[in-house]
Formats: sequence, C-alpha cells, structure tokens
Amino acid sequence: MLKKITDRRTLLKGAAAGGLLAATPLASRFASAQSDAPIKIGFQQHSTGIGAAYGRWYGRTTEAAVKKINGEGGINGRPIEIVAEDDGTDPKRGAEVLEKFANQHSCDIAFGTLFSHVVYGSAPAAGELKLPYFVVSEGHHVASGALNRWTMQPGITDVKSQVAAMAPFVSKNLGKKVTMIFPDFAFGHDHRDFFTAAIEAQGGEVLEHIAIPPTETSFTKYFPKIPRQTEVIYHVMVGPGVLTFVKELGEFFGPSRPEIFGFIDSLEAVDMSSPGLEYLEGTYFWEGMPRYAQASQSAHEKAYRTAVGVDDNGASLSDSKDVSTYAHMFGCWETLHTIKAGMEYADYQGPQDRQKLIEAIESMSIMPESAAHPQGAKVFNGRTHQTFGHQYISKVENSKLVLAHATSIADTFYEDEVDYTKMSF
Amino acid sequence: MDFGPYLLLASLEGAVGAAVLALTAVGLSLVFGVMRVVNVAHGEFYMIGAVVAWFVATTVGTHPALGFVAALIVAPLVAAIIAIAADRLVLKRVNYDPEATIVATIGILYIIQQAALMGYGPEARPVEPPFNHRIALPWYDFAAGEWFYPWGLGTTSYKLFVIAVAIVLLLGFWALMTRTKVGLVMRATQLDWDMAQAFGIPVDRVYALVFGFGAALAALAAVLIVPIQQAHYLMGGDPLLLSFIVVIIGGLGSVRGTVVAAILIGMSDGIISVFFTPTLAKIIATMVVALVLVFRPQGLFGTKAA
Repeated sequence: MLKKITDRRTLLKGAAAGGLLAATPLASRFASAQSDAPIKIGFQQHSTGIGAAYGRWYGRTTEAAVKKINGEGGINGRPIEIVAEDDGTDPKRGAEVLEKFANQHSCDIAFGTLFSHVVYGSAPAAGELKLPYFVVSEGHHVASGALNRWTMQPGITDVKSQVAAMAPFVSKNLGKKVTMIFPDFAFGHDHRDFFTAAIEAQGGEVLEHIAIPPTETSFTKYFPKIPRQTEVIYHVMVGPGVLTFVKELGEFFGPSRPEIFGFIDSLEAVDMSSPGLEYLEGTYFWEGMPRYAQASQSAHEKAYRTAVGVDDNGASLSDSKDVSTYAHMFGCWETLHTIKAGMEYADYQGPQDRQKLIEAIESMSIMPESAAHPQGAKVFNGRTHQTFGHQYISKVENSKLVLAHATSIADTFYEDEVDYTKMSF
Repeated sequence: MDFGPYLLLASLEGAVGAAVLALTAVGLSLVFGVMRVVNVAHGEFYMIGAVVAWFVATTVGTHPALGFVAALIVAPLVAAIIAIAADRLVLKRVNYDPEATIVATIGILYIIQQAALMGYGPEARPVEPPFNHRIALPWYDFAAGEWFYPWGLGTTSYKLFVIAVAIVLLLGFWALMTRTKVGLVMRATQLDWDMAQAFGIPVDRVYALVFGFGAALAALAAVLIVPIQQAHYLMGGDPLLLSFIVVIIGGLGSVRGTVVAAILIGMSDGIISVFFTPTLAKIIATMVVALVLVFRPQGLFGTKAA
C-alpha cells in the first residue's frame, strides 16, 4: 500500500515537471484515481440545540482538515466532499440524519457526532444501514460494547480513560474527599461511574454526586447539597448554561472555596477572562488539548492551530470573543486523517468497500504525533474501536490555562470490555 | 448545609426567578386579556430582549453599567417594534381569530428563533452586570445564641437588585393600568371591543400598542436576567412554559392573579428544586395547572368568561 502512495507522488511530480499541473491544476491533482468522483462524508453536525457552540467549531475544524487533505491529493486521489446535516443535538433527528446520508446523499460514511445521547440514538441506525459511523464524542459508549461494529471512535479518547488518568493527580495534589457535579445524561453518568471508581482505587471517596439536567439555566439551588467536608469539587458541565454554572459556583463559595478540578467542558467556548470567573485562579482543568498555546507547543500543533483559524488564546483569528472548543475539536481533524489512512489502506473504491474500511481501521494501532495527529500520539485499540492518548491538566494562572501535567498514554489504559472484531457485520 | 440557611438560600433563588417570571407573565396576560390572543411567540420576545442587551452592552463598551442602562431602554423598544410589526403584518390580517393567531404566533416563534440563530449565532454570551458583589448572609444559631455566617449562604447584590427592580416595574405597570388614560383605554378595549370602538377608541392602535407593550415587558425581564444567565437563542422556551402555567393559575387577563401565581410558582420552583429535584418542581407546577383547570377554570383571580 505504501508503495502505491509513493507511486502516485512520483506520478504527480512527473506531471508537474511536464507542465500538466500548470495547465489544469485541479484535474491533474486527482489524476491517478480510478474514479475521480469525490468521497462523500456525511457530517452529523450539532448546528442547533444545546451542542451548537461545539457544532460550529467542529464544522470549522472539519473544513480545515478537508482543505488540507484535498490540497495534498485527497483520499486515493479522490477529493473529499463534506455533506453537513444539522441534527439539532437531538438523538431522534440524529438517526434520521444518518438515514439521509445513506439513502439520499449516497454518502460513503458518516462522521462527526459529539453529544453522547445523539451517538446512542444514531448508532443503531448506522448498524442497520451498514454505514461506517465515526464519532468524535468522548463517551465511553463505543468501548463499552453497547454499540456495533460500524461505529468507531478513532480520533478522540473516551471519558473512562480520561478520568482514570485524572484520579491519581486529584488525590495526590488536591484531596481525597470529592464532590462531583455533572450533567444528568449518558456523558455525565460516564464521569460519575468511572471517576468514582478511579478515585476509590486511589484511596479517595466521592462524598456526593450532584446531577444537573443539561438544559438547566440556574444552578445555585444545587450547591447546598455539597457536603461541608468536601476537599475537592469535581465539575463537568455542558450546554448553554455553563458560564452561569461556573459563576454561580464561585458566588456560592465566596472567599472559602475548596480545591476545584474541572473538565474544560464546563468552560468550553467560554472566555476564561469573563467577569465572575476570577475565583478560578489556581484551580485545575482537564483539557483534551491545551487551549492556550504553550511554551512546549509542537510544530504540528502550531500548524494545526493556524489551519483551523485559532489564535494563541484559543479564540478565532477573526474575532477574539469567539472562543473555540479547542479541547475537543482536534478529534474531527484526527478522525478525518484516520479515515483517509484507512481508506487508502483498504483501497476503498465505493460503498461496496465499507466493510473493508472498518477492517482496515481495526487493524491500526500506533499513530505517532504528526500533522495528522497534532494533539499527540495515539494508540488505537481495534477490538474496542476506541483510541487512547495523552491527557492534559492545566492550571488557571492570570486567567489563562497553563499546562501543569501531561499524562502518558499508558496512564489511560483499562481492560477491554468488548471485542467488536468478533461481531458480524 | 443546615435546614434554616438552606431554606433561606432556596427562597432567595426562588425570589429572583419569581421576579423575572412575574414580569414576563404579566406581558403574556396583558396580551391575552386585551386582545384574546394566545401569544406562543412570547418567549421569543424575551429572547430578543436578552440578545439585544448583549449587542447593546458590547457596543456601548465603556462601563458595564452604561451598557446595561442603555440595554434597559433599547431592548424593550426593539422587542416592541418587532411585535408591533408582527401585529400589523400578521395578526391583523387573520382578524385576531383565536385559532389562526395561535398558528401564526407559532410561525413567528420559529422566524424569530431562526433569525437569532443566523444573526447572533448558537453561543450563549454573557452580559456584564452593572455591579455584582457577593453578600454573605448571617444566620442565628439558637444553641450558641449568636449570629454567624454559614458556609455557602450568600447572594449577590445584583440578584437583590433584580428583585427590587421587578417590584418597582410591576407597581409601575399597575399604576399605568389603573391610574392613567392609556390604562383606561386598554381596559375599555378589554371589556368590550365594539363599545370601545363606538366611543371612538382606535382599537386597532390599542391592539398594536398592547402587543408591543407585552413584548417589551418580556424583553425587560430578559435584560434583568441576562447578567445572571447568558443570552442564547433557545432561552425563550422555559419562560414561555412557565408564563403559561402562571397565567393559567392566576387567571388569564388578571394582573393581580398573574403576580400572585408567579410568586407562588417561582418560589416553589426554587424551594422544591433545592430540597427535592427540579423535575419534581416542574411536575408539581404542571399538576397545579391541571387541578386549576378542572376545579377553577377561570384561574385563582380570574372572572368567569363573559
């Protein structure tokens, strides 16, 4: 397979030398493909609903990744065409969107879902339609075995591995008596179950679980349930009310706050210097990828940041108030690159090769840090369809997130719960 | 947290909710009382208020208080102008037919919501409060016989300000309806459309005015809440539902009933959410509506339909 890619490059070089590229640049760039029809990727986008801020940035990242891949010759010499459909961050509409991709738009694959309840709602449809479905969701649903062989998560790590890597840091540096605040749906329940187990393994305990409906807009009323002897608040929140949540948490504690460890989800797409967030100074956040450009920034990360149009503070280059969902959106970029690698390895020609594509990706394992994987190296587990990678812990200093600790990939491993490769298609 | 401070905190949270809810619901009630129009788009005028407040506050970016005061004036005006346009262009054309107006206002709801999504975007954006200090509240410890500051018991100066402003605005509204000529004209139109017209009241213009005024009240409520909660294009859903609950319990068209029901629902929502679950608070509110509809269809303070 590798040889074939080299051949195409050689051919392109030859074409350039012959002046063909100058004459018809686009046609010849995809010249070596057997069919130069575009590969259609259905993008299930949260354009509206509670996931809309993520959907917008997932869209921008996808656009940037496609631009890069197409600029470098596409997949097997064929350009990618993105067909975006809004799912309203709604599980029922999610399933309908997948059907539309398969039957109406004749997409080769579907990709891009974030919210875990939408993944749960859509994955059965992907199984029925036999449509490869690449989610970028963080939920443990893929690796738990609850879904099917057509659903994969190769571009972003899951909650179970994230919290397993966080628990030692929390118990060593912040405290052992934890109160958890999380959204009351699948994603939050993953946090509840896996962090509780992980902190107990470290000799700590969770004193109280506070579940909040993801559409809630007012939060002070939940905080009196926090036990007085709490040493660490562990918070993870999603939806349009996140800034209110964090602000009201600060107002509740006043000057005597416990240690606070949050998942950046609670402030994703929110400016860290928003009024009311001053109290977060000195607290810690998990980040999938550091929002602020760090001193240790790699060249790949820098190139990625520029490509998706984000400045050193994690905001849009065109509007400093438009803060990105930087800790998550790299997943779209990396997933698309993995799809490209998988399709080229499987010599994907069209929908008849969908099964070959899944098998090709299942056979992958180590993905080194590269332009395709700017967040860092990954280890993909083909049996559980889930990728594993580095996790980052940042400290709030002068209203910026400064990287305090990066975990190893091994810190995030756990035992397999499923072997999808043994399931039938 | 101990029971006493806990209850006080819950009541304070409930009071903020009740204050904003009362303003929103009074607008809905006024529109129904005078025009007999069930305005399903009411929550969207609330949303417009919040979104405009964000635009104004970011444009007048010198001091948060300046932006906030400007928003207090501009946001209700914008909402009123859009509402008056909707009245002229849509509601008047369907002759205020009860069923047709419900469908029409559902359409207006979607148009406003999607326009906000396209123009303002899907993010929740904050507006800086004009002032905001945390106020720790003391509690009396009977066993020790002294005052102390319990952990977590506090509110903010801005939340207290919201409650105070809502009370002032509601009193002002009451005075407007009962003590001024505009109020008289509105009440006359409410009582008897034909007779009002016969006495030379420009009913058409009163309708436009009332629809605009109702929207402005919702927008005002949103400007007050937006420094606490962020402006978001979907934020109109909850206030609409709660306003309907309040208006049905209080009696459609009765301002006094609306205010009483808003306090009842707002406070109980705050307190039940704290001690039990927010879901239970919504269940109870909905059950009260069902009971009121069965046993007292005109609402607590409503008069029997003429």
